[in-house]
Amino acid sequence: MFDRWIHAFSVVFSKNILLFLGRGLLNTLYIAAVSIVLSLILGTILGLMRNSRGKLISALATLYIEIVRNIPLALFIIAMRFLTKLPPLESGIAAMTVFTSAIIAEVVRGGLNSVGKGQWEAATSQGFSRTQTLWYVIIPQAIRRIRSPLVSQFVTTIKDTSFCAVVGTYELSFTSKIVAAHRTIVTAEDILVLYLLVAMIYYVVNRIFSGIARRERGNAMKGIVR
Amino acid sequence: MSGPFSIQNWEAWFSDWGFFAQGFLRTIYISLLGLVFTLVIGVIVGMLLCGKNRLILALCKGYMSFFQNTPLVIQIFIYYNVLPKLGIRLGVVAIGVLGLALYTGAYAADIVRSAIKAVPTGQMEAAYSQGFSYLQTMRYIILPQAVKIGLPPMTNQAVNLIKNSSVLAVIAGGELMYRADSWSGSNLIYGPTFVMTGILYLSICLPISLLARWMEKRSVRHV
Repeated sequence: MFDRWIHAFSVVFSKNILLFLGRGLLNTLYIAAVSIVLSLILGTILGLMRNSRGKLISALATLYIEIVRNIPLALFIIAMRFLTKLPPLESGIAAMTVFTSAIIAEVVRGGLNSVGKGQWEAATSQGFSRTQTLWYVIIPQAIRRIRSPLVSQFVTTIKDTSFCAVVGTYELSFTSKIVAAHRTIVTAEDILVLYLLVAMIYYVVNRIFSGIARRERGNAMKGIVR
Repeated sequence: MSGPFSIQNWEAWFSDWGFFAQGFLRTIYISLLGLVFTLVIGVIVGMLLCGKNRLILALCKGYMSFFQNTPLVIQIFIYYNVLPKLGIRLGVVAIGVLGLALYTGAYAADIVRSAIKAVPTGQMEAAYSQGFSYLQTMRYIILPQAVKIGLPPMTNQAVNLIKNSSVLAVIAGGELMYRADSWSGSNLIYGPTFVMTGILYLSICLPISLLARWMEKRSVRHV
């Protein structure tokens, strides 16, 4: 029985399999990183739009956010893959950006709304315009509070890239599925070692970010002005 | 008219609507069962997290850490590929329910724990002074109050669970997302399929999301 475990490790930790999984990991990180950056930009714009006083602008942002948040990511991934001519990785990025920006928009809006009304009133009484208040008073305070949920969202986004496996994009999950079907992977031990290795790779990457998120949550509690 | 959204494509989709209706029902069925087990796991682990036994705490935290930091897709792959080799044969529906419950349960436990912690300690002490046992205190005093606090975030998790049930498309789960993917691929009809699939998911998720939003607003007003 012990032999089979040793054999499983020697099979899974072979150079070719590790290189193949490594390439999958790079694609996963690439998709996640680019989608996060794009979603941060788009999500902030959407969050500000939803909070804006223009009825039409706010309604449009609300419509987008509510529709996207209530549809599974997998559908966006499949639709982007088959309805557009984008290459696999880029179609994954496009789908994840559409989906993640709606979530980030809600985080941004929650952060803006969490800054007390008194801050608006105080800034206005000092002669700040609406834009000035937002830029100099509200946003700096909101940022401190949304840092933690935003970093948590990085974890979710990295996990979410695995949904790209549905359309066969070569990210970490799909590459692990291909390795699992390889002729050298035979016994239950082989597959278990393979998937635990993959799970550990995700775990280590995500644990770094969830650790940061937890620390930021502690920081956000300090120095809140109501 | 041609293109992905042509009239013929819509007709083709609607002539096969029964195929999607079955998938839709299966999505609801898996989600409901998954939600029941999620709540069971969440309440048990959440209560254990409020205890003091170091070993139990470490086990619960390990469970939550692993299941929250690894993708559901990988967890499903493990159940799908490893369990049969160990002689445990589960259908795709059972794998879906198991996978969704263990995954969402890790988040539900967090919600239950913070809801219990949010109930003032005086409530616990008052119950003890009246001769309630630990379990009685939980059952009659703490949990009823914690439910009110935990219900809105738990409702959001229910939406996540329904959306995440689409992960079964990777193991031919026969639910809505799998059927949308395979039907559109074999018939080469994408436009109507994706639009209608989106509407079907919206029709269950949006009302629940709005309910959660409404409960959040109401609970803020009561504080």
